[in-house]
Amino acid sequence: MKKNILLTVEDVVKKYGDYTALNKVNISVPESSIYGLLGPNGAGKTTLMRIINQITAPDQGKVTFNGEKLNKNHIKDIGYLPEERGLYKKMKVGEQVLYLAQLKGMSYNEAIEKLKFWFEKLEITHWWSKRVEELSKGMAQKIQFVVTVIHKPKLLIFDEPFSGFDPINAAIIRKEILQLRDNGTTIIFSTHRMESVEEICDHIALINNSKTILEGPIDKIKDDFQSNTYEVILKEKNLVSSQEFDILSKNENNYKIKINDNFKLNQTIDIINKNFNIISFKKETPSVEDIFIKSINNE
Amino acid sequence: MNKIFLIIKREYLVRVKKKSFIIMTILAPILMAGLIIAPVLIANQDQQNRLIAINEETPRYSNKINDTEFTHFTIINQDEADEIKNNILEAPYYALLDIKDTSFTIYSSQQISLNLRREIENQLEIIIERDKLKQAGIDIEIIESSKTNINIETKIIDIEGKTTSSNTEVSIGIGFITGILIYMFIFMYGTMVMRGVIEEKTNRIVEIIISSVKPFQLMMGKIIGVALVGLTQFILWILLTILISFFAELILIDASEITTSTDNINQSVILNEFTKLTGGIDLITIFISFIFFFLFGYLLYSSLFAAVGSAVDAEADTQQFVLPITIPLILAFIFIQPVMDNPDGTLAFWLSIIPLTSPVIMMVRLPFGVESWELLLSMILLIIGFILTTYLAAKIYRTGILMYGKKISYKELWKWLSYKG
Repeated sequence: MKKNILLTVEDVVKKYGDYTALNKVNISVPESSIYGLLGPNGAGKTTLMRIINQITAPDQGKVTFNGEKLNKNHIKDIGYLPEERGLYKKMKVGEQVLYLAQLKGMSYNEAIEKLKFWFEKLEITHWWSKRVEELSKGMAQKIQFVVTVIHKPKLLIFDEPFSGFDPINAAIIRKEILQLRDNGTTIIFSTHRMESVEEICDHIALINNSKTILEGPIDKIKDDFQSNTYEVILKEKNLVSSQEFDILSKNENNYKIKINDNFKLNQTIDIINKNFNIISFKKETPSVEDIFIKSINNE
Repeated sequence: MNKIFLIIKREYLVRVKKKSFIIMTILAPILMAGLIIAPVLIANQDQQNRLIAINEETPRYSNKINDTEFTHFTIINQDEADEIKNNILEAPYYALLDIKDTSFTIYSSQQISLNLRREIENQLEIIIERDKLKQAGIDIEIIESSKTNINIETKIIDIEGKTTSSNTEVSIGIGFITGILIYMFIFMYGTMVMRGVIEEKTNRIVEIIISSVKPFQLMMGKIIGVALVGLTQFILWILLTILISFFAELILIDASEITTSTDNINQSVILNEFTKLTGGIDLITIFISFIFFFLFGYLLYSSLFAAVGSAVDAEADTQQFVLPITIPLILAFIFIQPVMDNPDGTLAFWLSIIPLTSPVIMMVRLPFGVESWELLLSMILLIIGFILTTYLAAKIYRTGILMYGKKISYKELWKWLSYKG
C-alpha cells in the first residue's frame, strides 16, 4: 500500500546574503512515517526545518503540506522541538505549557485537558506549579516534549532530539515517539548522528553542502548501496578465495566475503556448501553512515 | 490577533506580579506624598506656643522684644535666671535668653529650632539697628516709609484676548519634572524590553515561540505589554500619591487651623495651593501630551532596544549598540536647561519637532505655551518615526533572535536589513 505524502519540499533555495543555506533541496515525507533528515553540522538541516515551521520563508521553491501550499493555518498542525530549546525560567510549569499551547492555537479548555493527559502519562502532574528553574535539566526536557506534542500535530519535527537527553528520558521519549507514529503522526528527525536514527527511521534524506544527495525509503537506499558482501560462519577454518568470491577478512571460522560480479548468490552458496559445513550465511547491509560517506565521496 | 493578545497578556502579568514592581509602585507614591506633605507638616509643627524667659541686668533690649503669634517672652530677674540654669528641666520656660551688653546666649534643655533662633535674632538685629540709627540722628520714620517691595505679576494673553496670570517658576518646575519623567520612563521601560528579548534568546525559548507566531508579533506583544506595565505604574503612582497625600493631610494636619485664610474651609490645603500655583497653565493639555509623548517616545525607542537585545547573546554585550540609540535621548536631557532659558527659540523648536528628542523637549516647552500646530506636527512626526524605527528594528530582530554565539558588528546588522523574511 502506498502511503499518502504529507509534506513535499521542491527545489527550495534559501540564501543569507552571499551564503547559500539551501540549494534546490527536495524531500517528500510520507504520512505516518519517521523521516530522518541526516547530514553533518552546517549542511542546512536547521534552515530547512525553519522553513517547514514558517520561521523563515524560502527564496525559491515550493513547500506543500497535506496537499496545500504551506500557510499559517498549518502552524497548529506542526510541532517543533528545536535543537536550541528552552523555557521561561521564572514561569510556572503549568502556566507555561498552557501559554505555549494557546499560542499554537488551542483554546484554553482544550489545552488544560491535553496538558492533564500528558502530565499524567509522563507522571509529572506534581510539577504543575513549580518554576522551571526548580526543575532539573532532564525534567525540563520532558516539559519541552509535552510542549511539542500537546496540540496533537500531524507533523512533528525534532531537531537533534536526543542531544541533551539522558538515557532514561531518551528511552521514554523514543517510546512516545513510536506510539505517536503508530497513531498516525508523521515525524521528521534531524540529526548528524546517523547511528541514532538507523533503527527508528523508515525514510531518510541525506543533506550535504546545502543539497539533498539521497532521498527515499531506508530499505531501498540500503539495497542500492548493496556491496554484495556477506558474513559467513563455517565449521572449518580453511576457506580460501576462489574465482566466485574474495575473502575480505577472516577471524577463525568467521569470514567476510565479497561475491564477484557475474556470479549469482545461489551458485556461490552451492560451491561453498559442497566442501564446507555452513553455520550461517548473512547479507551484510551497509550502515547509513557508510552510505553517507560513500555518497559524499561520489559527489 | 488573538495570539498577540496572549503575548501582551503574558508580558504584562509576568511583570506586574513581580515583587519589585509592587514595591516600586507602593514606595514611590509614599515618597512623593512625603515630599508634598513634609513642608506643610514641618511648618505646622513649629506652630506651638512657647514661653521664653529673658534676663538682662539693665533692660536695654529686653523690653523691646515683642511677642509673636506663637512665641511669648517674659522678663525675669538674675536670681530666677540662675535657678533656671541650675535646673533647666524643671523650669516653666522653653528657653532662657541671657543678655549681657551685646552678647546674647540662649539656654535650653534641648536644641531650639532654627526658626525660633532666627526669629529672635531678627528681632534683636532690628532693635539694635534702630538704636544705632537713632544715635546717628536719623529719622526712623523716613527709613520705614522708603522701604519698597516689588513683585511683578506676569500675565499671558491668548488669541481670544483672555488674560491669565502665569507663573514662570511653576512652568519651569512642571516642564522639568515631566521632561525628566519621560526621559526616565523611556530608559526604564526600554531596557526592560531589551532584557526581555535577551532573556528569551538566552533561554532558547524564542525558537519555540516563533514556530507559533511571527517574530514581529512577539516583538510587538512584548513592547505593548511593557507599555501597559508602564501606564499601570504611572496611573497607580498618581492615584496613590493623591490618596496618600489626602489621608496624610487629614491625619497629620489640623485643617481648621490653616485653612482659615482661604474662603472654602472644606477645600484641601494642598489642592488649594496646587490650583493657585498652576493657574494659567493648561494642565489638561500637558497631561494628555505627557501620556502621548511617553507612549510614543517609548514605542519608538523600545523597538530599537528590542533590536539590540536580539542582536546580542548577553546583556554585557549590549553596550556598543545601546550607546548610539541613547545618545539622542541623553542630548535631549542635556538640552533641557538651554530650552528652558529660551522655550520659543530655534533650538527649542527643532528639538521638540525631531522625533528622537521631541518626547522630552516638547514636555519641557509645553508649560510655557506652544502653538498647537507645532504640537500637532511634533506628534505626527513622532508617530511616523515610531513606524519607521519599528519597521527597521523588526528586520534586525527577526534575524537576530536566531543567531547564537556570533559577535555581531554594525556591518552584520546592516546586512540583516536586506534579508528577506
